[in-house]
Amino acid sequence: MAKGVKPRVRVPKKAAKGDIIEIKSLISHKMESGRRKGKDGKLIPRSIINKMEVTFNGKPVFTADWHPAISANPYMSFFAKVEESGEFAFKWTDDDGSVYEKTAKITVA
Amino acid sequence: MSTKQALSALTRREALMLAAGATMVAAGGVVLKSGTANADEKMTNDAIMKLIGDKKPADGKITLELPQIAENGNTVPVGVSVDSPMTADNYVKSVHLFADGNPAPDVASLHFTPMSGKASAATRIRLAGTQNIVAVAEMSDGSVYRAQQEVKVTIGGCGG
Repeated sequence: MAKGVKPRVRVPKKAAKGDIIEIKSLISHKMESGRRKGKDGKLIPRSIINKMEVTFNGKPVFTADWHPAISANPYMSFFAKVEESGEFAFKWTDDDGSVYEKTAKITVA
Repeated sequence: MSTKQALSALTRREALMLAAGATMVAAGGVVLKSGTANADEKMTNDAIMKLIGDKKPADGKITLELPQIAENGNTVPVGVSVDSPMTADNYVKSVHLFADGNPAPDVASLHFTPMSGKASAATRIRLAGTQNIVAVAEMSDGSVYRAQQEVKVTIGGCGG
């Protein structure tokens, strides 16, 4: 597991039924591309988060596959249409198999 | 006392040597970079074919938001949106992003659902140098669209 990985998400607390809301996410991770050389001149092995999955009340909303061309501390913003109150679940999968998770609730009136 | 001094001198010398070594590595990286083949149009087209098969992409529908000039290739903001009603029977399934001048053309694949409401997303990417960003959108009805835009990069961001 990569060290110091901290996921952050921003989801509006409230929305009206049928609103399309913007969700922003940031996760601290070095996203080592596997092409960079260390002080010893050897390549630093690749170590990135390769997948991000977002569900709302268990249903898939948005998924992203990331390659090494994604910058360090990956940022991702996207949209979701909300029809009911519930919970967004975010899941990031690391090359080493570690999983980082975060949830955010929204009230829909 | 004297051994202590010797020790600190040694570490300082080591530190200097390390610094010199690092500079050499950096210089070597620059030389190597000009020698190694980055992705080109053909590699990018191959990567696209691998994802969408032999479908012929049409123009339009996709809007790419990219800076014309990126000062730092390590983190270039990119936004992509596709014109679609995003209903259960007519939505954007996936948008694939490629960079045709990076060591590997694949950047990201974004998968939407009708629950996305809007086929629009933004992230930050690494670009090794001035190149084209290509976006390919796959619709739920099987049609495919393509758009591309050039970004000038002053300092590349792929290690080297």
